[in-house]
Amino acid sequence: MHDENDPSRLTEDEKKLFEDLMPEDLDEILDSGVNRRHFLKLVTLAGGGMLAAQSAVAEQLLTKPLSSSPTELSSATIENGVTVSLKVNGTTQKLVVDSRMTLLDTLRERLELTGSKKGCDHGQCGACTVLVNGQRVLSCLTLAASCEGKRVQTVEGLAQGTTLHPMQAAFLKHDGFQCGFCTPGQLCSAVALIEEAKNGHASYVTEAIRKQPAPVQLSNEEIRERMSGNICRCGAYPNIVAAIQEVHSGKPVEQTFNFSA
Amino acid sequence: MRPFTYTRAKDPTAAVNQLSGNPNAKFLAGGTNLLDLMKEDVERPNELVDISELGLRDIKAIANGPQKGGISIGGLGKNTDAANHALIRQHYPLLAQAILAGASGQIRNMATNGGNLLQRTRCPYFYEVSMPCNKREPGTGCGALEGINRTHAIFGWTEKCVAVYPSDMAIALAALDAVVSVRNASGQERTIPFADFHRLPGDKPEQDTNLAHGELITAIELPKNNFAATSYYLKVRDRASYAFALVSVAAALEIVDNKIVQARIAMGGVAHKPWRALKAEQLLVGKEATDANFKLAADAEMAGAKPLDHNRFKVELGNRSIVLALQMAMNGGKA
Ligand SMILES: Cc1cc2nc3c(=O)[nH]c(=O)nc-3n(C[C@H](O)[C@H](O)[C@H](O)COP(=O)(O)OP(=O)(O)OC[C@H]3O[C@@H](n4cnc5c(N)ncnc54)[C@H](O)[C@@H]3O)c2cc1C
Ligand code: SF4
Ligand code: FES
Ligand code: FES
Repeated sequence: MHDENDPSRLTEDEKKLFEDLMPEDLDEILDSGVNRRHFLKLVTLAGGGMLAAQSAVAEQLLTKPLSSSPTELSSATIENGVTVSLKVNGTTQKLVVDSRMTLLDTLRERLELTGSKKGCDHGQCGACTVLVNGQRVLSCLTLAASCEGKRVQTVEGLAQGTTLHPMQAAFLKHDGFQCGFCTPGQLCSAVALIEEAKNGHASYVTEAIRKQPAPVQLSNEEIRERMSGNICRCGAYPNIVAAIQEVHSGKPVEQTFNFSA
Repeated sequence: MRPFTYTRAKDPTAAVNQLSGNPNAKFLAGGTNLLDLMKEDVERPNELVDISELGLRDIKAIANGPQKGGISIGGLGKNTDAANHALIRQHYPLLAQAILAGASGQIRNMATNGGNLLQRTRCPYFYEVSMPCNKREPGTGCGALEGINRTHAIFGWTEKCVAVYPSDMAIALAALDAVVSVRNASGQERTIPFADFHRLPGDKPEQDTNLAHGELITAIELPKNNFAATSYYLKVRDRASYAFALVSVAAALEIVDNKIVQARIAMGGVAHKPWRALKAEQLLVGKEATDANFKLAADAEMAGAKPLDHNRFKVELGNRSIVLALQMAMNGGKA
C-alpha cells in the first residue's frame, strides 16, 4: 500500500501514467523521490487537456485532487483556524479555514469550484479573478479569513441555469479562448469591466480624465488597457476584445474567423 | 507561508494597540503586497491584524487648518475609489493618472492608499531569499550592486542598497507635496510631510520609511494647488501596460502670463524613494514654458545621475521623459 501523504512516492496510478508518457525516465523518478513533485507539476501543468485526452488514467488522476483533502475539516485539525461565513454564487458557506488559506484555494479545494484557476499565485496573471461584493479582485492574494460576510461570484455563478451569461456567449461566438485556462478569469474581469464603464471609471489611457465620471463608451484600446491584468498565454486577445466590445456596445461585432466546414 | 494568527481589528485604536504589543505583527490591508511577500518567505509576520474593515475611506475637502482648501484621502480607501473620485479627477488629475498607471484593475480594487505607500521594492534579489540582500537581511550584502541591476537606482543609492521604490501613486503625491497622517498606540496623531516619509538607503536600507512600528496611516492630505490644467504622469515601462516603471515622471506646472510660477517634478524608478527633481524645478521657475527650457531643466537634473553597470540607459531615458512629461502637461495632460 502506498501512503498518499508521503510526498516522495509515486502512487500506482501515477507510475502507470508515467510509464505511458515517458517510459525512459521512469527509473530515475522511482529512484529519486524528490522528482515526484516535479513530475506531478508537469502532469498538472500540461494536464487539463492534452494528457487527459490521451490516457484514461491521467483523466482520473487529474480530476481528483492529488492529495486527500476532506471537504469538512474540524477546527482542531486546522492550524490557526478562523471561522468565516461568506456567500458564494448565492449560497451561504460557513467554514473553518487555516489563517493562511487564500480565497482561491478555498474555492477550489474546499468548495470544489474549480473554475477559478491558479496560474501564477502572485497576482501577475489574473487567472484567479473573481468578483467580491461585485468588484473584480484576485482570489490568490485574498485571504479567505478576510471575506467574512462578503459576496463572492465565480465563473460558475455567471450563467443562469443553462442560459449562458451574455459575456460567455460572446466569448464562444468570437472564439475568445484556445486552451481555456485563463478564460474563467477573463470572463469575470470582462463582466466587471462592463459595470466599471457604466459607472464612468477611468483608465490610464482615458483622455478626459478631469471630466466628471459618467458612463463611457470604450474604444478597443481602452478595453485592452482595462483587461491588461488578465494574461492569456495562447494570445486570444483580439477575440476577447471583440467579445467584450460586442457586449459593451450592444452591437454585433463581426467575427474574425470561421469554423471549418 | 509560515503560520500566523489572524484577527480583525474592531477600530483603529484596537488595531494600533494590537500591533504595538507584538514586534512581529503586521497590518493587513489589501494584502496585494504583503501576502505576495509572505508566499515568497520574504515577510514572516506571526500575526496579521486585518484593518480592511475599519472605515477611514472618506475623500473630502478640508475646511480648516493648514491644508484648508485641499483634500483628505482616507488611508484605508481603495486605489480605484481614489482614482475615480470626482474631486480627485477634477482637481488632482495627476494623482488619478498615477494610480491608474499602476498594477491592474483587479489589484487597484484591492490595494489601499496607505498600503500602496508601504509596498516594498521589486528588486529581484530582495524577492529571492537565497540571494544576499541588505534590505531583507541586514549585513548579508547587496546582490544587485554587482549583479543584474538594469532596473535599479541612478540617484541617492549607497553601496548597501541600489533598489528603487516601486509605487506610482507615491510619485504623484511627492510632486503634490502631500502630508501623511498617522496614529500611534497612545492615540496620538502626527503628520509626516511626504518628502520625509520614505528614506534613502543610507546605512539602513531595511528601513523603507520613517514610520514607527504600529503606526497606522489614517489619511493622506493634499494642499490646494493650481496645477490641475497643466499636469501629467508619464510612465515608461518594458511593455505597454501592467508593468512597473523603468522611469516615471510626475510633472505639474502653474503658468501665469506665459511664465512658469511653480514647477513640480518627481521621478519614479530612479531612486530608493520618490525623487523630487529639485534642480529641474528651480531652473523652470520664472521661465517660459518652452521646449528649450524643458531640455535645460532635464539636463540639469540628470547631470547628477550615477548609473550602475546595467542601467546607463536610464539617464537618457530620464532626460527625455522629463521633457516629454512637461510637454504633455502643457498639452493639458493629453497624450
Ligand atoms: C502583479 C502586481 C503588479 C503591480 N504593479 C504595480 C505598479 O505598476 N505600480 C504600483 O504603484 N504598484 C503596483 N503594484 C503594487 C500594489 O499597488 C501594492 O501592492 C498595493 O498598493 C499595496 O496596497 P495593499 O492595501 O494591498 O497593501 P498590503 O499588502 O495589505 O500592505 C502593504 C504593507 O503596508 C502595511 N500597511 C497597509 N496599510 C497600512 C496602514 N493604513 N497603516 C500602516 N501600515 C499599513 C502592511 O502592514 C504591509 O506591510 C503591483 C502589485 C502586483 C501584485
Ligand atoms: S538593491 Fe537593495 S533590495 Fe536589492 S539586493 Fe541590494 S540590498 Fe537588497
Ligand atoms: S493566480 Fe492569481 S493572479 Fe495569477
Ligand atoms: S486561452 Fe489559453 S491561456 Fe488563455
